[in-house]
Amino acid sequence: MSFLEIKGLSAWLKGIGQPLLRNVSLAVAVGEVRGLVGESGAGKSMIGKAILGILPKAVEITAGQILLDEVDLLALAPKERRRRIGATCALIPQDPLTALNPSRRILGQISDRLVDILGWDRFRAQARAEELLAEVQIPDPQRVLRAYPHELSGGMRQRILIASAFAAEPKLIIADEPTTALDVTVQKQVLKLIAEMQDRHGTALLFVTHDLGVVSKVCQSLSVLYGGLVVEDSAVRPFFAGPKHGYSRALLEATPKYTDPSASLVPVPDGVIKAVQNEIADADRRATDG
Amino acid sequence: MDELYRVEDLHLSLPDLNRKPLFGPAPRIEILRGLNFSVQRGEVLGIVGGSGSGKSTLGRAMVRLLEPTGGKVLFDGRDITHLTEADLRPLRRRFQMIFQDPMSSLNPRHRVGQIIAAPLSLHGVADVAGRAAEALDHVGLATSFAARFPHELSGGQRQRVGIARAIALRPDFILADEIVSGLDVSSQAQVLNLLEQLVADLGLTLAFISHDLSVIRRLCSRIVVLQQGLIVEDALSEQLFASPQHSYFKELLEAIPLPDPDQVWR
Amino acid sequence: MANPASADARSAVRHRAGLRLWLSSGWLILVVLTALLAPWIAPKDPLAQDMFLGRLPPFWMHGAEPGYWLGTDSLGRDVLSRILHGARVALLVAVIAGTLTCLIGATLGLMAGFLRGWVDIVISRFIDIWMAFPPVLFSILLIAVLGPGLSSIIIAIVVIDWTRFARVVRAEAMAQGAMDYVASARVSGRGRLSTMVTEILPNILPTIVVLLTLEMGIAVIVEAILSFVNLSISTDDPTWGGMISEGRTSVHQAWWVLVFPLISLFLTVLAFSQLGEGLKDRFDPVLR
Repeated sequence: MSFLEIKGLSAWLKGIGQPLLRNVSLAVAVGEVRGLVGESGAGKSMIGKAILGILPKAVEITAGQILLDEVDLLALAPKERRRRIGATCALIPQDPLTALNPSRRILGQISDRLVDILGWDRFRAQARAEELLAEVQIPDPQRVLRAYPHELSGGMRQRILIASAFAAEPKLIIADEPTTALDVTVQKQVLKLIAEMQDRHGTALLFVTHDLGVVSKVCQSLSVLYGGLVVEDSAVRPFFAGPKHGYSRALLEATPKYTDPSASLVPVPDGVIKAVQNEIADADRRATDG
Repeated sequence: MDELYRVEDLHLSLPDLNRKPLFGPAPRIEILRGLNFSVQRGEVLGIVGGSGSGKSTLGRAMVRLLEPTGGKVLFDGRDITHLTEADLRPLRRRFQMIFQDPMSSLNPRHRVGQIIAAPLSLHGVADVAGRAAEALDHVGLATSFAARFPHELSGGQRQRVGIARAIALRPDFILADEIVSGLDVSSQAQVLNLLEQLVADLGLTLAFISHDLSVIRRLCSRIVVLQQGLIVEDALSEQLFASPQHSYFKELLEAIPLPDPDQVWR
Repeated sequence: MANPASADARSAVRHRAGLRLWLSSGWLILVVLTALLAPWIAPKDPLAQDMFLGRLPPFWMHGAEPGYWLGTDSLGRDVLSRILHGARVALLVAVIAGTLTCLIGATLGLMAGFLRGWVDIVISRFIDIWMAFPPVLFSILLIAVLGPGLSSIIIAIVVIDWTRFARVVRAEAMAQGAMDYVASARVSGRGRLSTMVTEILPNILPTIVVLLTLEMGIAVIVEAILSFVNLSISTDDPTWGGMISEGRTSVHQAWWVLVFPLISLFLTVLAFSQLGEGLKDRFDPVLR
């Protein structure tokens, strides 16, 4: 049973008419973790933003449906759409530095979600905020709730953002490269935390990343993107055993593996890039003809 | 093989402005607590550590962007620890730095050609234009790039401009501070391969700061591991990867998620 | 791949900037030409009084006298000619006061923000103390001491407003100083003063341009206010502020004596600020 289903989503840059998403289709089942993989500029963040309704003004959706629990978000009136997204979805953003308001204490930033979305009163929200911080293994939650963001480390801030995302018990969480800005040991802790929380709360998770290593640890399925086109869609195990698409194979090759000292660092070969760009050109042609 | 750099009992502390009292100086935080190591000419040294380990501070101390508060830094036998800017200037053409964030290390208002030529004119090099073009060529960018602005380039291309700027002066030593951390896998591979080739072609000595061990393994012959301002490991790369002794190095290694669902990742 | 958010900003800015730049610079060029050529293009002598021609309405109204396009004031002086001559004072004050304020304020701000250390401490304290003086009182005091006149007005404006530049430019210089390209310049061996000029200044230029044009607009208004209270130039040469002041008393019988100089004042100040906005976007290579 898919909780999120995206059908044929296309979007472009309004002024120039440059396509950013090309007929993207993917599905996330209830409680599933799906990876959205691609290099920078592939459009993976765009998809997350399209779901949450926070696309930049210059980007316009030209076709497709975004079905959340079988209701097409794009067909709703803006107010209803926002309400529905707010009630069922949450975001774990990439940069813990800019995602928190530097002028407000942590408590306010977490309890806001509970008060606004679930309609709780302040005291209940505060108690829940403490519980959440304990759940993400933050020692001394009371002190942290009273603190300001700049007083806390990057790893701790990311934990708070994770707690915040799970606070209103969303059905779908979009994690937008949540560990890209963290160093490798902190990344491991944060990834394990996200996996635990996801498992415990049974939330569907769309995990946006460029790192295939991360995907193999956290996701059950993945979609590979290039230039706004989904080039491969697979369950995790079969994918790492042998990817089907040329570009996915090249991406896997290019990921450095410390276990193999003699493996040279291989960027994605030009031939592969040309092949996938031809695919894109074909897709564009079909879109304008059809 | 002789020593290009030698660091003896290096200490560096910075004032903690968050805890500064109204009158009087701010209390100091010790970032580097007594480091001892050397860099041989022609070597590629990896400086590894997590955030807060002091690796960036060490790099900046080595190129004298920061002044050590104790100990010594010797470059090619000369004590540069407390030299004034005026005394440092003639030496600066021999050690250069490449920065982590290609967005903030290239002035958005200068064209690429100007960015690369600036250090050359500064040191009174003859044929600035020729040397700048040569640097661009070394990093595999066409001469047409010289007229572009940084925002017109991709992350990988910007990083290559940063490399071109560093090698233009033909320095003996280059410090690369987390230069591939913000890049995706393909750009990463390109930049690292380029660096490897330049080290061989231009006879450079390189110190490569990173928190990513998989990247370090390919490039570096020797590794120094920092933890909280102290060196906990200083050994040949091969030895370290073959049999990691120190728990911190093992921790760093095991934290890396390999693209393998069967990897034991506790 | 283009970042959609910035592409959006780029195209939106380009549309507005074009029109804005044309209109504002068009009006200002008109003002400049008027100021330069006033003695030759003004239809009448701005000082010539004729009691029989007092309070004549503008040309499209009943009872207008040919040759007095915008009517006359209570002393029979041609409104249009006075407005044209008034542009000279306005422009002179705008350009000189604006430029001096900018030079002094921006230089001190840049030094304080980039060089930091004791330079910053001294300049910042200086700014703080200076800004504590109430500006209106200060300017009146200054003019009382220096005597009325154009140079006094210019000095008063510079003396009060330089802190506006200094504060803003200092903040920007500080932000710039933290950038890696500044560190890179140091690693290359560039001296501090040289770094300030080549690396920092170009990035602060858009802000300075906006502030400069803003300041010019402010200078025009300050002059108008001072002539409104008769603290401006001592001769009978017409100023827009003076005309507005005089026009107040006869606004019911001859509204044109007040309204036309007011419109000129308004359009000129608006043009200055819009010019600044338009130029700033031109200067920014990222948005181009």
